[in-house]
Amino acid sequence: MTEQTVRAPQTVTRTPRARREGEDAYLEVSDLHVQFPTADGKVQAVQGLSYSLPLGRTLAIVGESGSGKSVSSMAIMGLHDRKSTWISGSIKVGGKEVVGMSEKDLMSFRGADAAMIFQDPQSSLHPFFTIGDQITESYRAHHNVSKRAAKARAIDMLGRVGIPNPARRVDQYPHEFSGGMRQRAMIAMALVNDPKLLIADEPTTALDVTVQAQILDLIADLQRDFGSAVVFITHDLGVVAEIADDILVMCAGNAVEHGPVDKILGTPLHPYSWGLLESIPAVSGTPGPLHPIPGSPPSLLAMPSGCAFHPRCEFRERVGGDLCRTLKPELIPRTADQGRTSRCHLKEPDKVFETEVLPRLP
Amino acid sequence: MTTATNTAKSGVRSVEGAPLLELDDVKMHFRTKGDGLLARGTKWVQAVDGVSLTVQSGETLGLVGESGCGKSTTARLITRLLEPTAGQIKYQGVDIAHMSERQLRPYRREIQLIFQDPYSSLNPRHTVGTIVGTALRTHGMVPKAGELSRVQELLEVVGLNPEHYNRYPHEFSGGQRQRIGIARALAARPKIIVADEPVSALDVSIQAQVMNLLENLRKELGIAFVFIAHDLGVVRHFCDRVAVMYLGRVVEEAPRDTLYERPQHPYTQALLSAVPDIAVVRGVPPKQRIRLVGDVPSPVDPPSGCRFRTRCWKAQDICATQDPPLEQKAPHQDVACHFAEPPVESIVAEVV
Repeated sequence: MTEQTVRAPQTVTRTPRARREGEDAYLEVSDLHVQFPTADGKVQAVQGLSYSLPLGRTLAIVGESGSGKSVSSMAIMGLHDRKSTWISGSIKVGGKEVVGMSEKDLMSFRGADAAMIFQDPQSSLHPFFTIGDQITESYRAHHNVSKRAAKARAIDMLGRVGIPNPARRVDQYPHEFSGGMRQRAMIAMALVNDPKLLIADEPTTALDVTVQAQILDLIADLQRDFGSAVVFITHDLGVVAEIADDILVMCAGNAVEHGPVDKILGTPLHPYSWGLLESIPAVSGTPGPLHPIPGSPPSLLAMPSGCAFHPRCEFRERVGGDLCRTLKPELIPRTADQGRTSRCHLKEPDKVFETEVLPRLP
Repeated sequence: MTTATNTAKSGVRSVEGAPLLELDDVKMHFRTKGDGLLARGTKWVQAVDGVSLTVQSGETLGLVGESGCGKSTTARLITRLLEPTAGQIKYQGVDIAHMSERQLRPYRREIQLIFQDPYSSLNPRHTVGTIVGTALRTHGMVPKAGELSRVQELLEVVGLNPEHYNRYPHEFSGGQRQRIGIARALAARPKIIVADEPVSALDVSIQAQVMNLLENLRKELGIAFVFIAHDLGVVRHFCDRVAVMYLGRVVEEAPRDTLYERPQHPYTQALLSAVPDIAVVRGVPPKQRIRLVGDVPSPVDPPSGCRFRTRCWKAQDICATQDPPLEQKAPHQDVACHFAEPPVESIVAEVV
């Protein structure tokens, strides 16, 4: 230990993200439907999802299990089995149409244009191959280079994601890495071909908070360096608040709210978003009671008529007639604010939020 | 303390005036085989290494820490699914640490466990009625004739349809299964429930439902809880007191508000600062986050002295040579650190 000990902790503050407006969309999803035919009927996992994302921005997709957030993202990567999945609509990544792309084209598309990081680094890395083997395989699939050059690239990438002593680590097996290090290696593998789109599917859910903080910083730093578009799938609204530019709230296969993160989390306009916020115990402020959404998410085999959220919605009585049960609302701007959309029939949702929901947030 | 020992009808002995549960310097070391062909040099994983905790009747103690810190091992020691290597586990003043299975039987009734994973903790071949009924029968809670009505009563208490007693676990959702696990724990009318990450596997809206259920049960039945979770928001919501663990030791223990507002141990401060806070969108300035370098050391070969010193920015020579004891640094606040002090600025952001 050195005599000159530092008595102040090393700290980081996540600075507010710079707005990048008016850029062309790199990822464009329009009217995406994903269905899985099963013996019990059609599972309607995604029902008409549309959004776009320019380079340099982070979109967080939030929702509970079965809301379609992972299924829609796997469709972007072309990871669904063609035989057992029915996909319609369009997904354009950098101008290339992914829906219906041939397997051969997908092989060159995956990794080079878009890459994905999965939740569980333990099961997404092959236990029989060294970390270096797995990264170089991905690099050589897209670049005609020697093994030696690919390994140098792998070492470089491991260094960039903050793995100490990468030249030694590159020859180690996944079991020799800790959970946080494995996730770093996964990120290195995803970014080795400089993809312009990175999809992170719950990348920090399996990690401890201090490690999660490191990984979130890393993804944000790399995004700044590479200028890529990031789709971040999570159920943790705290994470969303800190790292995302935009947020898309999904419920039972539908997008129910979409817009800039400070607006959606600051004054959400959809009762489902309210329910999510009211379910999360905060780490600061006065602890209050939780108001969870009653019931459980609907079965994707037998979707409710009208608004998919109406059976669990405590505000459905406020909407005139039988509208919530009969007519599915459109995803449209609901207030004077044009930068955001919401899928709900409720009148003046901003006022309802301020007067009724905001005071009881935990 | 008086030494009068009473024996209840159930066979549970108790010392008058003793706290409900007391762990005194409890250690749990697991043996691992050494490296190499000859497996020389047996090593010991010091999963729990000198934990002392007290839980009063009706109180809720939260246990937080990162994976591998020994929270779950502590839960298994309290419920005596493991026999500790050293130390005392006193239930109402009586040491149960080395009791035989037969002697333990009455105590098992009063100390119940709720598991994390609602999928693997219920037998898929048994109906809900059998699962909850087994707990009733094992402890002789009700006469055979009254079993079904008691099962239905319990299902109703945890918010399930009492008519569903003859269904199997796969017919229920994750949140409902966790309720079945809670009903099973309640069947024995316990005085203390050890809940090991009871809501971690659930979706946020379901998580909030189960938390509200646990809170109502606690208020109505006066059950004490040892609540283990890694989600600091959940623990803050549910617990009266919180103990923070790091590498097999308790590093800080304090009433909830003290711990969250004025944490004194550097690890607690780092842990709290790492939690992403949704308040940033409501205009609260982003908080300073303490960046911890490196990984948690191995519990096979923990650092000398203070176990946190390898990642601590305050570490001095004394930290390597002297193990800081867990001692009172402020009213009700015990901290194991040579340089304990409240954060200079409030690290935990205040709501405006």
